[in-house]
Amino acid sequence: MTITFHLNGEEVTLPQVASTATLLDWLREERGLKGTKEGCNEGDCGACTVMVTDDGGSKSLNSCLLFLPQLNGKSVRTVEGAAGPDGELHPVQDAMIEHHGSQCGFCTPGFVMSMVAAHKNGATDHDDQLAGNLCRCTGYAPIIRAAEAVEEQPVPVWIENEGGDLPAPADAGAFSPRSGNELAKVYADNPDAVLVAGATDVALWVTKGLRQLDPVIFLDGCADLKEIEITDDRVRLGAMVDMNRMRDAVAPLHASYGEMIRRYASQPVRNAATVGGNIANGSPIGDNPPALIALGATLHLRKGDTRRELPIEDFFIAYGKQDREPGEFVEAVSFPRQTDVFRSYKISKRFDQDISAVCGCFNVIVENGAVTDARIAFGGMAATPKRAAHVEAALLGKAWDLASVKTAMGEFAKDFSPLTDMRASAEYRLQTAAALLERYYADVNGEEVSVLEISA
Amino acid sequence: MSVAKPLPHDAAKLHVTGTARYIDDIPVPADCLHLAFGLSTIAKGRITAMDLDAVRNSPGVVDVLTADDLPAENDVSPSIHDEPLLSDGSVHYLGQPLFLVAATSHRAARVAASKGDVTYDEEEALLTVEAALQANSRFEDGPRIYSKGDAAAAIDGAARMVEGSFDLGGQEHFYLESQAAMAMPQESGDVLVASSTQHPTEIQHKVADGLGVPMHSVRVETRRMGGGFGGKESQGNALAVSCAIVAVKTGRAAKMRYDRDDDMVITGKRHAFKISYRAGFDEEGHLQGVEFLHLVNCGWAQDLSLPVADRAMLHADNAYAIPAIRIESHRLKTNLQSFTAYRGFGGPQGMVGIERVMDHVAHDLGIDPVELRKRNYYDAPDNRVRADNTTPYGQEVIDFELHGMTDKLLDTSNYATRKAEIAEWNAKNDRLKRGIAFSPVKFGISFTLTHLNQAGALVHIYQDGSVHLNHGGTEMGQGLFQKVAQVAASRFGIGMHLVKITATDTAKVPNTSATAASSGADLNGMAVKVACDTLRDRMAAYLSEQHQCDAASVRFEGGNVHVGENVIPFEKAAAQCYQGRISLSATGFYKTPKLKWDRIKGEGRPFFYFSYGAAITEVVTDKLTGEYRILRTDILHDAGATLNPVLDIGQVEGAYVQGAGWLTTEELVWNDKGRLATHAPSTYKIPACSDRPDVFNVDLWDGKNREDTIYRSKAVGEPPFNLGISAWLALSDAVGAYGDAYPAINAPATSEEVWRSIRRVSDGV
Repeated sequence: MTITFHLNGEEVTLPQVASTATLLDWLREERGLKGTKEGCNEGDCGACTVMVTDDGGSKSLNSCLLFLPQLNGKSVRTVEGAAGPDGELHPVQDAMIEHHGSQCGFCTPGFVMSMVAAHKNGATDHDDQLAGNLCRCTGYAPIIRAAEAVEEQPVPVWIENEGGDLPAPADAGAFSPRSGNELAKVYADNPDAVLVAGATDVALWVTKGLRQLDPVIFLDGCADLKEIEITDDRVRLGAMVDMNRMRDAVAPLHASYGEMIRRYASQPVRNAATVGGNIANGSPIGDNPPALIALGATLHLRKGDTRRELPIEDFFIAYGKQDREPGEFVEAVSFPRQTDVFRSYKISKRFDQDISAVCGCFNVIVENGAVTDARIAFGGMAATPKRAAHVEAALLGKAWDLASVKTAMGEFAKDFSPLTDMRASAEYRLQTAAALLERYYADVNGEEVSVLEISA
Repeated sequence: MSVAKPLPHDAAKLHVTGTARYIDDIPVPADCLHLAFGLSTIAKGRITAMDLDAVRNSPGVVDVLTADDLPAENDVSPSIHDEPLLSDGSVHYLGQPLFLVAATSHRAARVAASKGDVTYDEEEALLTVEAALQANSRFEDGPRIYSKGDAAAAIDGAARMVEGSFDLGGQEHFYLESQAAMAMPQESGDVLVASSTQHPTEIQHKVADGLGVPMHSVRVETRRMGGGFGGKESQGNALAVSCAIVAVKTGRAAKMRYDRDDDMVITGKRHAFKISYRAGFDEEGHLQGVEFLHLVNCGWAQDLSLPVADRAMLHADNAYAIPAIRIESHRLKTNLQSFTAYRGFGGPQGMVGIERVMDHVAHDLGIDPVELRKRNYYDAPDNRVRADNTTPYGQEVIDFELHGMTDKLLDTSNYATRKAEIAEWNAKNDRLKRGIAFSPVKFGISFTLTHLNQAGALVHIYQDGSVHLNHGGTEMGQGLFQKVAQVAASRFGIGMHLVKITATDTAKVPNTSATAASSGADLNGMAVKVACDTLRDRMAAYLSEQHQCDAASVRFEGGNVHVGENVIPFEKAAAQCYQGRISLSATGFYKTPKLKWDRIKGEGRPFFYFSYGAAITEVVTDKLTGEYRILRTDILHDAGATLNPVLDIGQVEGAYVQGAGWLTTEELVWNDKGRLATHAPSTYKIPACSDRPDVFNVDLWDGKNREDTIYRSKAVGEPPFNLGISAWLALSDAVGAYGDAYPAINAPATSEEVWRSIRRVSDGV
């Protein structure tokens, strides 16, 4: 496959790139650009962060989770391109020196690139922008001081202009479809192909699983799958909507969902990860599925020219098994517009960039003091994302009060038999899941329920 | 004078532009080989068959080595020769290197290494300290016991007593740059090694033994590490030796870097402890006797476990004068990774033990935990009241700074008011409770293996006045090179631009100690000073003779050499000395004075001096889930007369967060087969950006080292790590607010552990 992209302002055309060669390996081993570091090779440390610009704007991405074909028609800045053509440092670089933001320096190029992208976008939620960059030396305080120091400084011209003249993408062939229709055709013809959306999961099959994937279909060019449609009746998210765009779309409607996505992975992962990918890979701990189940979402599937819909909870059949035929793909997910009593609670060892031990999502409708509908779903509690059917039944028709809540909490053991693993014990999962219903009750009654709401 | 100036890290600009060079960034010849280990998949047993055909046939593979193919000694241990580079047929932990692959790319080597077909005769593995104790599986013949007075009698005779036991987990270093080394073959079997190591001399030594050549055949260079934290004191040996063997065997350069998961599975971590205690005290909280039992999980090989466990015992008193104490330490051998050096080197574990006791005693008496601690402090040198102000190992405490530091920190942090406000807030909130806690640090400075307290330096002045500086210390981010350069510039009275800091190199300075034990600036700064002063004396002698004045009156300052009435720019003075045939190259050597230590008896003066610190941390916790956050931290830390305040504050901030991480979110989990389940950052959670305290005030204590150290500064690498203990104690304080029972919290205090503790306290579950 041939691709064309910009690298630090220079056009690069690569004929015959391997479909699963990562940008990180190419930069370091082929291109000789050693500034971008490998810290973990799985998107959890951020040492390999680069800035990628396309017609959707500039964003930070983990180059270890980025296959070269995903760059076709885009523009890449590495740390070598953060400074200006005359060697003039980017304000972020100056500030990192002045505020002592580096010690061993190994994470620094990744931090710099996350900060360059955030600065370009005018983002000042530094903890969130940098949640995907781990530093073991500084304790982060000086890095945040550096980020704050440049908030008001203008974006340098060489960064401002990035993406102004994106290269025409090379013709990458049928395995890089440009629309849902093209995808439907190539996938129906090649049902054994691996679909790559944001690659935040699939890349690990390559970097950690040491697998060779062939053939691979890259979905990134399917612009129509990136559409977000919000009408009076429903919200429809194309499968290729990334998690940061999704956050922007759902946060005004369901603030708690937005807050959950804020803590979903990290900025560079959210910039790549798609809602379709998060559903289709069938993880029992993917955070979107329980939320979407609680919101009563519908999954839209397509195979060739045949489309079907199903309640999203029915998609998850068993561990590693979904209701998806060979050649069939997730086209979109939609959920009805509704009064916002939705809350999601993500319990993990670390608040940011951690996989949930338990993700509990609640949507309890109360009319005249009684529960008329309850949709409660969990991730991390079973082999699939799963509704708490007994709990819901225990609430339905009951008065919405603490007594009913306490009674319903006793039903969790009928719905779930969670596992003990490195994230949490079965007991903690089960007891905490039940306690989250109590939290939900307090939350919708307007009480402070999270330590994240408390400041010194 | 450049000393004490707030200069940024010498490589800061290289860091931010991505041009700082680490091992994997060094340009290599096109035919460079890349190495990977095949790893054991069981924790204990014997290999019955190892079929490596698929490995050899894997694309790109050039060579595959097993223990039988090694040219000389099959050992990478830094201590007692019990760590085969490649398995000798026995397997001692899951992740042990069995065979070595050399291939044309890093990925090809990794892919091939995964293809080994190994069958084992599996034996039951010892995975816990309890199991190891039961099986009497240990290092040394029995427990080490250090004691002072009759602790048991003192406890039994005391008005009150508390006792308890808790788990204290280990810690993954998570240096951002994983272990890496590269070897270039030289003529006649010599080898040049570049290694990401805190201990180039140890690398040189192990490579020489692994090749069967004298140390002079091996040269090791280390410009910088992408983080070390103790994890690169001995854990880099296997990579460097492998590279050297392959390079010499094939005549090609060889490079090895661990994939992150391999790094976490293969290498050692901070020692996990189980600590039991009994403490007797009077009604005012004066400790009368304390007993500790340390069960130390050392893993499968001895490595540095003995001095680590010793140092834990040496910090079992922390800041407190305890009249009678007994510390019993078992160094247990288990089938896990070989636990190793990690910032603090056992000191933090020992300190957590006594801080736990203090927390428990304060809870028992219902008195303010800060007041309790102050009552038990060692005496300050200017206010001696106690008849006995010695540590459990007999070292007189003559530099105790914590009285003044504590009062100042209580004041600047507004502790008393906030504590009252927190109590009020807690009374009004059922589900969420806050906590606040203070913890002091007294940390002993010197290697307890006394002979390691030496350092060398090599300084050249070129005829243009530029200075080339080299010493035995290594740079891992701590700013050592900059501090030492500041010393050199100060001695010559010149600007920093004239001083070139160069990679640590065993060919320039031999027989160096690890950059460890916080000793880097103390030892190497002094060695550099000695070298610089030798050169100054030579220059002064020559110049004073030329200008007919007294050599003792020659001054080096402001970029000039003042010789009588003459003011000679340093560059010109260097040129004149060169022309006068003065040697402008000198070595420097330093050894720490006053040390005397018997580690078997546990008696003497193991430490030249102590570094001090104090922290107050505030947290909030959630009863329903055990979730918590650190809201605010205030720190006052003693760096003596600081060599560089910004570098020192950077050490303190970073160490606190790392220490708090150890005791909170960083949980190592092995399954019942001994497989490390937390083998990547996806499952092992070091603090992220938002985990630092929202309010984070760090200040340096304005003091001078009472001992004659380099410019009266103090070591700062490890001591502030222990400030993180205050976060753990703050969680204990918050959990205590849910009920009457003592929280008895374990470490790490993950959300789940906090949740369990809350249930114990509030429901008696």
